[in-house]
Amino acid sequence: METARDDGEAAALGAAALSAELSDARLVARCRTGDEDAWRLLVERFSRYVYAICVQAFRLPEHDAEDVFQEVFARVYERLETLREDESFRPWVGQLTRRCCIDRLRAGSREEAADSVPETAADDVLAKLEEAFDVHDALAGLPENCREILDRFFARDESYRTIGEALELPAGTIASRISRCLERLRDAFAGRNEPSPPSREQVT
Amino acid sequence: MSAYDIEYLSRLIGMLPPAPEGWVRAAQELPKARRELDTIVERAEADKAFREALVADLESALRAEGVEPTRPLLEELRRRVAE
Repeated sequence: METARDDGEAAALGAAALSAELSDARLVARCRTGDEDAWRLLVERFSRYVYAICVQAFRLPEHDAEDVFQEVFARVYERLETLREDESFRPWVGQLTRRCCIDRLRAGSREEAADSVPETAADDVLAKLEEAFDVHDALAGLPENCREILDRFFARDESYRTIGEALELPAGTIASRISRCLERLRDAFAGRNEPSPPSREQVT
Repeated sequence: MSAYDIEYLSRLIGMLPPAPEGWVRAAQELPKARRELDTIVERAEADKAFREALVADLESALRAEGVEPTRPLLEELRRRVAE
Protein backbone atom coordinates (compact mmCIF):
# COMPACT_ATOMS: atom_id res chain seq x y z
CA MET A 1 0.00 0.00 0.00
CA GLU A 2 2.79 2.36 0.91
CA THR A 3 4.52 1.72 -2.40
CA ALA A 4 1.32 2.30 -4.35
CA ARG A 5 0.74 5.55 -2.50
CA ASP A 6 4.33 6.61 -3.16
CA ASP A 7 4.03 5.81 -6.86
CA GLY A 8 0.92 7.93 -7.02
CA GLU A 9 2.70 10.75 -5.26
CA ALA A 10 5.64 10.50 -7.60
CA ALA A 11 3.46 10.76 -10.68
CA ALA A 12 1.48 13.64 -9.26
CA LEU A 13 4.42 15.66 -8.06
CA GLY A 14 6.85 15.22 -10.91
CA ALA A 15 10.56 14.70 -10.46
CA ALA A 16 11.52 18.22 -9.39
CA ALA A 17 8.79 18.62 -6.84
CA LEU A 18 9.33 15.07 -5.66
CA SER A 19 12.89 15.93 -4.81
CA ALA A 20 11.77 18.72 -2.52
CA GLU A 21 8.91 16.73 -0.99
CA LEU A 22 10.70 13.50 -0.10
CA SER A 23 12.82 13.31 3.02
CA ASP A 24 16.27 11.75 2.75
CA ALA A 25 14.96 8.70 4.59
CA ARG A 26 12.09 8.11 2.18
CA LEU A 27 14.33 8.68 -0.81
CA VAL A 28 16.84 6.15 0.52
CA ALA A 29 14.05 3.65 1.21
CA ARG A 30 12.85 3.99 -2.38
CA CYS A 31 16.39 3.54 -3.71
CA ARG A 32 16.58 0.25 -1.82
CA THR A 33 13.58 -1.03 -3.75
CA GLY A 34 15.45 -0.42 -7.01
CA ASP A 35 13.62 2.81 -7.89
CA GLU A 36 15.99 4.41 -10.40
CA ASP A 37 14.17 7.76 -10.38
CA ALA A 38 14.76 7.89 -6.63
CA TRP A 39 18.44 7.08 -7.18
CA ARG A 40 18.75 9.94 -9.66
CA LEU A 41 17.16 12.31 -7.16
CA LEU A 42 19.40 11.07 -4.37
CA VAL A 43 22.50 11.72 -6.49
CA GLU A 44 21.19 15.14 -7.45
CA ARG A 45 20.40 16.05 -3.84
CA PHE A 46 23.84 15.11 -2.53
CA SER A 47 26.04 15.85 -5.54
CA ARG A 48 26.86 19.41 -4.46
CA TYR A 49 27.67 18.28 -0.93
CA VAL A 50 30.03 15.51 -2.06
CA TYR A 51 31.63 17.81 -4.63
CA ALA A 52 32.14 20.58 -2.07
CA ILE A 53 33.78 18.25 0.44
CA CYS A 54 36.21 17.13 -2.27
CA VAL A 55 37.18 20.52 -3.64
CA GLN A 56 36.65 22.90 -0.73
CA ALA A 57 37.40 20.89 2.41
CA PHE A 58 40.16 18.70 0.96
CA ARG A 59 41.15 20.85 -2.01
CA LEU A 60 41.48 17.89 -4.35
CA PRO A 61 42.49 18.77 -7.88
CA GLU A 62 39.73 18.32 -10.46
CA HIS A 63 40.72 14.87 -11.73
CA ASP A 64 41.11 13.46 -8.21
CA ALA A 65 37.83 15.07 -7.17
CA GLU A 66 36.05 13.42 -10.09
CA ASP A 67 37.40 9.99 -9.15
CA VAL A 68 36.41 10.44 -5.51
CA PHE A 69 32.97 11.74 -6.51
CA GLN A 70 32.31 8.62 -8.61
CA GLU A 71 33.82 6.36 -5.96
CA VAL A 72 31.54 7.78 -3.29
CA PHE A 73 28.36 7.22 -5.28
CA ALA A 74 29.50 3.76 -6.37
CA ARG A 75 30.02 2.82 -2.71
CA VAL A 76 26.71 4.35 -1.72
CA TYR A 77 25.00 2.29 -4.41
CA GLU A 78 26.73 -0.90 -3.28
CA ARG A 79 26.34 -0.37 0.46
CA LEU A 80 22.94 1.24 0.80
CA GLU A 81 21.70 -2.02 2.31
CA THR A 82 24.16 -1.66 5.17
CA LEU A 83 22.88 1.74 6.29
CA ARG A 84 21.10 1.04 9.57
CA GLU A 85 19.02 4.20 9.83
CA ASP A 86 17.81 5.88 6.67
CA GLU A 87 17.65 9.21 8.55
CA SER A 88 21.42 9.01 8.94
CA PHE A 89 22.13 9.08 5.23
CA ARG A 90 23.67 12.54 5.21
CA PRO A 91 26.27 11.97 7.96
CA TRP A 92 26.97 8.59 6.39
CA VAL A 93 27.65 9.98 2.93
CA GLY A 94 29.62 12.85 4.46
CA GLN A 95 31.88 10.47 6.35
CA LEU A 96 32.27 8.22 3.33
CA THR A 97 33.33 11.21 1.24
CA ARG A 98 35.84 12.37 3.84
CA ARG A 99 37.38 8.89 4.03
CA CYS A 100 37.63 8.65 0.25
CA CYS A 101 39.28 12.08 0.09
CA ILE A 102 41.85 11.15 2.74
CA ASP A 103 42.55 7.80 1.04
CA ARG A 104 43.02 9.62 -2.22
CA LEU A 105 45.46 12.12 -0.72
CA ARG A 106 47.44 9.37 0.99
CA ALA A 107 47.55 7.17 -2.10
CA GLY A 108 48.52 9.98 -4.43
CA SER A 109 51.86 11.40 -5.29
CA ARG A 110 51.33 14.19 -2.78
CA GLU A 111 51.95 12.12 0.33
CA GLU A 112 53.63 15.02 2.07
CA ALA A 113 50.56 17.12 1.48
CA ALA A 114 48.36 14.32 2.82
CA ASP A 115 50.38 14.19 6.01
CA SER A 116 49.94 17.90 6.45
CA VAL A 117 46.18 17.78 5.90
CA PRO A 118 44.85 15.86 8.89
CA GLU A 119 41.10 15.56 9.21
CA THR A 120 41.00 18.47 11.65
CA ALA A 121 42.40 20.83 9.02
CA ALA A 122 39.22 20.46 7.02
CA ASP A 123 36.90 20.66 10.02
CA ASP A 124 36.08 24.35 9.74
CA VAL A 125 35.10 24.02 6.12
CA LEU A 126 33.15 20.84 6.80
CA ALA A 127 31.17 22.57 9.55
CA LYS A 128 30.32 25.40 7.18
CA LEU A 129 29.29 22.90 4.50
CA GLU A 130 26.84 21.34 6.94
CA GLU A 131 25.30 24.76 7.49
CA ALA A 132 25.30 25.38 3.74
CA PHE A 133 23.43 22.11 3.20
CA ASP A 134 20.79 23.19 5.72
CA VAL A 135 20.42 26.52 3.94
CA HIS A 136 19.99 24.75 0.58
CA ASP A 137 17.38 22.54 2.23
CA ALA A 138 15.50 25.64 3.34
CA LEU A 139 15.97 27.10 -0.15
CA ALA A 140 14.31 24.02 -1.64
CA GLY A 141 11.17 24.90 0.30
CA LEU A 142 10.84 28.37 -1.29
CA PRO A 143 8.80 29.06 -4.45
CA GLU A 144 10.62 28.19 -7.65
CA ASN A 145 11.22 31.81 -8.72
CA CYS A 146 13.11 32.43 -5.47
CA ARG A 147 14.98 29.12 -5.53
CA GLU A 148 16.19 29.70 -9.03
CA ILE A 149 17.27 33.31 -8.76
CA LEU A 150 19.17 32.76 -5.50
CA ASP A 151 20.85 29.63 -6.80
CA ARG A 152 21.82 31.26 -10.08
CA PHE A 153 23.24 34.35 -8.43
CA PHE A 154 25.00 32.95 -5.39
CA ALA A 155 25.78 29.30 -6.20
CA ARG A 156 26.22 29.42 -9.98
CA ASP A 157 27.78 32.88 -9.86
CA GLU A 158 25.73 34.12 -12.83
CA SER A 159 25.61 37.81 -13.72
CA TYR A 160 22.44 39.92 -13.60
CA ARG A 161 22.50 39.92 -17.39
CA THR A 162 22.65 36.11 -17.67
CA ILE A 163 19.92 35.73 -15.08
CA GLY A 164 17.78 38.34 -16.76
CA GLU A 165 18.05 36.58 -20.10
CA ALA A 166 17.40 33.14 -18.66
CA LEU A 167 14.42 34.16 -16.54
CA GLU A 168 13.17 36.87 -18.89
CA LEU A 169 13.41 39.53 -16.22
CA PRO A 170 14.39 43.18 -16.67
CA ALA A 171 17.87 43.68 -15.23
CA GLY A 172 16.52 46.43 -12.95
CA THR A 173 14.24 44.06 -11.06
CA ILE A 174 16.80 41.35 -10.34
CA ALA A 175 18.50 42.99 -7.38
CA SER A 176 15.22 43.71 -5.64
CA ARG A 177 13.95 40.20 -6.26
CA ILE A 178 17.17 38.70 -4.87
CA SER A 179 16.79 40.89 -1.81
CA ARG A 180 13.15 39.87 -1.25
CA CYS A 181 13.98 36.20 -1.77
CA LEU A 182 16.86 36.38 0.70
CA GLU A 183 14.48 37.77 3.29
CA ARG A 184 12.08 34.90 2.63
CA LEU A 185 14.93 32.45 2.94
CA ARG A 186 16.04 34.02 6.21
CA ASP A 187 12.52 33.70 7.60
CA ALA A 188 12.20 30.11 6.40
CA PHE A 189 15.59 29.18 7.80
CA ALA A 190 14.87 30.88 11.12
CA GLY A 191 11.61 28.95 11.34
CA ARG A 192 13.42 25.67 10.85
CA ASN A 193 16.02 26.45 13.48
CA GLU A 194 14.00 27.96 16.30
CA PRO A 195 14.88 26.18 19.52
CA SER A 196 11.99 24.22 20.98
CA PRO A 197 10.62 25.15 24.44
CA PRO A 198 11.76 21.89 26.12
CA SER A 199 15.37 22.48 25.12
CA ARG A 200 15.21 26.01 26.55
CA GLU A 201 14.01 24.60 29.83
CA GLN A 202 16.89 22.19 29.86
CA VAL A 203 19.37 25.01 29.34
CA THR A 204 18.03 27.01 32.28
CA MET B 1 26.87 37.64 13.86
CA SER B 2 23.36 36.20 13.66
CA ALA B 3 22.97 32.78 12.04
CA TYR B 4 20.09 34.30 10.09
CA ASP B 5 22.00 37.27 8.77
CA ILE B 6 21.27 37.71 5.05
CA GLU B 7 24.91 38.24 4.10
CA TYR B 8 25.84 35.04 5.87
CA LEU B 9 23.03 33.08 4.26
CA SER B 10 24.10 34.25 0.82
CA ARG B 11 27.67 33.12 1.48
CA LEU B 12 26.37 29.71 2.56
CA ILE B 13 24.32 29.37 -0.64
CA GLY B 14 27.52 30.08 -2.56
CA MET B 15 29.37 27.28 -0.76
CA LEU B 16 27.43 24.61 -2.64
CA PRO B 17 27.83 25.26 -6.34
CA PRO B 18 26.63 22.51 -8.70
CA ALA B 19 28.98 19.62 -9.40
CA PRO B 20 29.97 19.30 -13.07
CA GLU B 21 26.99 17.99 -15.05
CA GLY B 22 28.85 15.04 -16.55
CA TRP B 23 29.91 13.78 -13.13
CA VAL B 24 26.36 13.93 -11.84
CA ARG B 25 24.98 12.19 -14.94
CA ALA B 26 27.52 9.37 -14.70
CA ALA B 27 26.60 8.78 -11.05
CA GLN B 28 22.89 8.93 -11.82
CA GLU B 29 23.32 6.29 -14.51
CA LEU B 30 25.07 3.87 -12.18
CA PRO B 31 22.18 1.35 -12.06
CA LYS B 32 22.13 1.16 -15.86
CA ALA B 33 25.93 0.99 -15.99
CA ARG B 34 25.91 -1.96 -13.56
CA ARG B 35 23.46 -3.82 -15.77
CA GLU B 36 25.63 -3.15 -18.82
CA LEU B 37 28.62 -4.41 -16.86
CA ASP B 38 26.82 -7.69 -16.15
CA THR B 39 26.01 -8.07 -19.85
CA ILE B 40 29.62 -7.40 -20.86
CA VAL B 41 30.97 -9.93 -18.34
CA GLU B 42 28.49 -12.59 -19.45
CA ARG B 43 29.46 -12.05 -23.06
CA ALA B 44 33.16 -12.19 -22.17
CA GLU B 45 32.61 -15.54 -20.45
CA ALA B 46 30.92 -16.94 -23.54
CA ASP B 47 33.06 -15.40 -26.29
CA LYS B 48 36.85 -15.75 -26.13
CA ALA B 49 37.59 -13.24 -28.90
CA PHE B 50 35.38 -10.65 -27.22
CA ARG B 51 37.10 -11.32 -23.91
CA GLU B 52 40.55 -10.72 -25.42
CA ALA B 53 39.41 -7.50 -27.04
CA LEU B 54 37.82 -6.47 -23.77
CA VAL B 55 40.94 -7.10 -21.71
CA ALA B 56 42.96 -5.12 -24.25
CA ASP B 57 40.76 -2.07 -23.99
CA LEU B 58 38.23 -1.97 -21.17
CA GLU B 59 37.50 1.71 -21.61
CA SER B 60 36.45 1.38 -25.24
CA ALA B 61 34.29 -1.64 -24.38
CA LEU B 62 32.35 0.41 -21.84
CA ARG B 63 32.00 3.35 -24.19
CA ALA B 64 30.75 1.01 -26.93
CA GLU B 65 27.94 -0.02 -24.57
CA GLY B 66 27.09 3.61 -23.88
CA VAL B 67 28.60 3.60 -20.40
CA GLU B 68 30.82 6.41 -19.12
CA PRO B 69 34.04 4.60 -18.06
CA THR B 70 34.50 6.04 -14.59
CA ARG B 71 37.35 4.73 -12.48
CA PRO B 72 35.16 2.63 -10.12
CA LEU B 73 33.42 0.97 -13.08
CA LEU B 74 36.71 0.26 -14.84
CA GLU B 75 38.14 -1.26 -11.67
CA GLU B 76 35.10 -3.45 -11.17
CA LEU B 77 35.13 -4.62 -14.78
CA ARG B 78 38.87 -5.35 -14.59
CA ARG B 79 38.35 -7.36 -11.41
CA ARG B 80 35.42 -9.34 -12.77
CA VAL B 81 37.09 -10.11 -16.10
CA ALA B 82 40.20 -11.32 -14.27
CA GLU B 83 38.21 -13.76 -12.11
